[in-house]
Amino acid sequence: MKCDRAKKLEQIALEVRKDLVRMASVTGMKYLSSSLSMADLIVYIYWEVMSLRPEEPNWPNRDRLVLSKGHACPTLYVALAHRGFFSREELWNYNKLGSMLQGHIEMCRTPGVDAGSGSLGLGLGIANGIALGLRCAGIRSRVFCILGDGELQEGSFWESALTSASHKLSNVYAVIDRNAAQSEGPTEEIKALEPLDEKLKSFGWQVFHANGHDFASLHQAFQAMLSIDGPAALIASTKTGQGVPMMEKNQPLIRTAIARDEMSQALTELEEMSRNGNEG
Amino acid sequence: MEEKALLSPKDAVAEALIHLCETDDRIVVLNADISSCVGLHDFTSRFPERAYNLGVAEQDLVLTAAGMALAGKIPYAVSYASFLAGRAYDTMRNAVAMPNLPVRFVAVCAGITAGEEGAAYQALEDIALMRALPKMTVLVPADFQSTRRLLLNSLSWNGPLYIRLGCIPLPRLYGTDDGFPVGGGRLLREGKSVTICACGIMVHEAMKAAAVLARQGIEAEVIDCYSIKPLPVMLIQSSLRRTGCCVVAEEHNIIGGLGSAVAEIAATTCPIPIRFVGVEDRFGQSGSSEELQEYYALTHQHIVSAAAQVWPLRRR
Repeated sequence: MKCDRAKKLEQIALEVRKDLVRMASVTGMKYLSSSLSMADLIVYIYWEVMSLRPEEPNWPNRDRLVLSKGHACPTLYVALAHRGFFSREELWNYNKLGSMLQGHIEMCRTPGVDAGSGSLGLGLGIANGIALGLRCAGIRSRVFCILGDGELQEGSFWESALTSASHKLSNVYAVIDRNAAQSEGPTEEIKALEPLDEKLKSFGWQVFHANGHDFASLHQAFQAMLSIDGPAALIASTKTGQGVPMMEKNQPLIRTAIARDEMSQALTELEEMSRNGNEG
Repeated sequence: MEEKALLSPKDAVAEALIHLCETDDRIVVLNADISSCVGLHDFTSRFPERAYNLGVAEQDLVLTAAGMALAGKIPYAVSYASFLAGRAYDTMRNAVAMPNLPVRFVAVCAGITAGEEGAAYQALEDIALMRALPKMTVLVPADFQSTRRLLLNSLSWNGPLYIRLGCIPLPRLYGTDDGFPVGGGRLLREGKSVTICACGIMVHEAMKAAAVLARQGIEAEVIDCYSIKPLPVMLIQSSLRRTGCCVVAEEHNIIGGLGSAVAEIAATTCPIPIRFVGVEDRFGQSGSSEELQEYYALTHQHIVSAAAQVWPLRRR
């Protein structure tokens, strides 16, 4: 990946993170840590991978994305707003009565989303169904499913993982936000998932790895993954709260909002990190 | 019709699905490893590319159906009532009902018709679960013909739909040309003394009860409430106003089923005394469905005695 393109994506990711911090502060959004860990993944997928038409959200040939880790939907909302699916002003009404942007995705309310979410472990099954439906219709779009790692403890995920492989769903790609944390602590202490890649391989999946906060690494992994027939999974190593030191330090903070007076500190920290990154 | 030729509501599924597939190319049929039980093999050989066995995985069955609906298909998802409405409830709620997707759930071997399989298979609370889901339509037909018509009519219905089908042979109630709109009901017998609302196998018991009651001078009005949600409100209301009392009969827990639905209408628009014939908040058990009907007090005699109790209390 060209250096200036990576820089551009980093700049977009910075703006996405800043809006997430603003949302957390203005709306009392509780899932900032988990939303931040997924930010670079969403930016890479929405700016580098997916074929979309913001002015025609239901364009039949678009690539689909099912966000299975529904609590982190603020990141998706920010990305959709920045890609022009709806006004950025909607972000400040997140989870308010009557809002377009519900606390967990409600499909019928939000332009640009391909499925609802909220109950964990359901996304891959829906993605499989979309892929089967597209196959019947002769549409060659790709279907991405972003999953949290904690939700892989849901049995329904593994039912669906079997289906992707046994129906040879070559256009299904699972992207796992492997931040190793769930609400009550580290995944490996609560209900261990490792060796996750071996589990997926034994279910008939091809597995790729990447640093989920490094666009060069993501680029390399996506290039490899999208060049083969799926189902394929990308395990992206990430960090909860990535980019906002106050969120990174205080683990576990998955369900903690930030106060208004902390917002400017968080925004300053983000700017500083980005400047240091650019200098380094 | 001869005894041998009796058909169950479940028997209508395979042929209706073939007919539907011939009519509309958006239709796909998914099941959770119960093709043989529902007789889907003919369907599968005729439409191999539109038949999916998702394996022993009801949650995945519902999720895959939801995804296919999102991609423009009209999926019919077939499984046992108990494991569909029970085990896969959360997937039905979140992945289908909330986004109001046109997935049709065909729930077979419902209630005590699962017979010898025992309590685990006998969903006696599925109507309550499904009825409480916003957007969900709930149908409980009483014979082969009405099941067939309702399955065919379901094609043009908006949103998700749950059709609960027993698997025991039942006498024929309707002709091939009778209409069965979703949201409708059938006035099977007119009478001015007591209204009997019933669904599924209990419609047959209600008709037998009405004959017994007639000999005692009580003229029962029998309504086949095959559409539990939406309920045929006008039909029921006008009958309740005429008779002033009601018995509801269903092969389901008395909590949350047709009885509750009728009582909600009566309580808010025309308060009258009601008696409920159903399973008294218990689980099922193994036995033939005839034995279970006796054991759980789901026979015409129980409807007769409920009517005899409620009739003197009628409101005029």
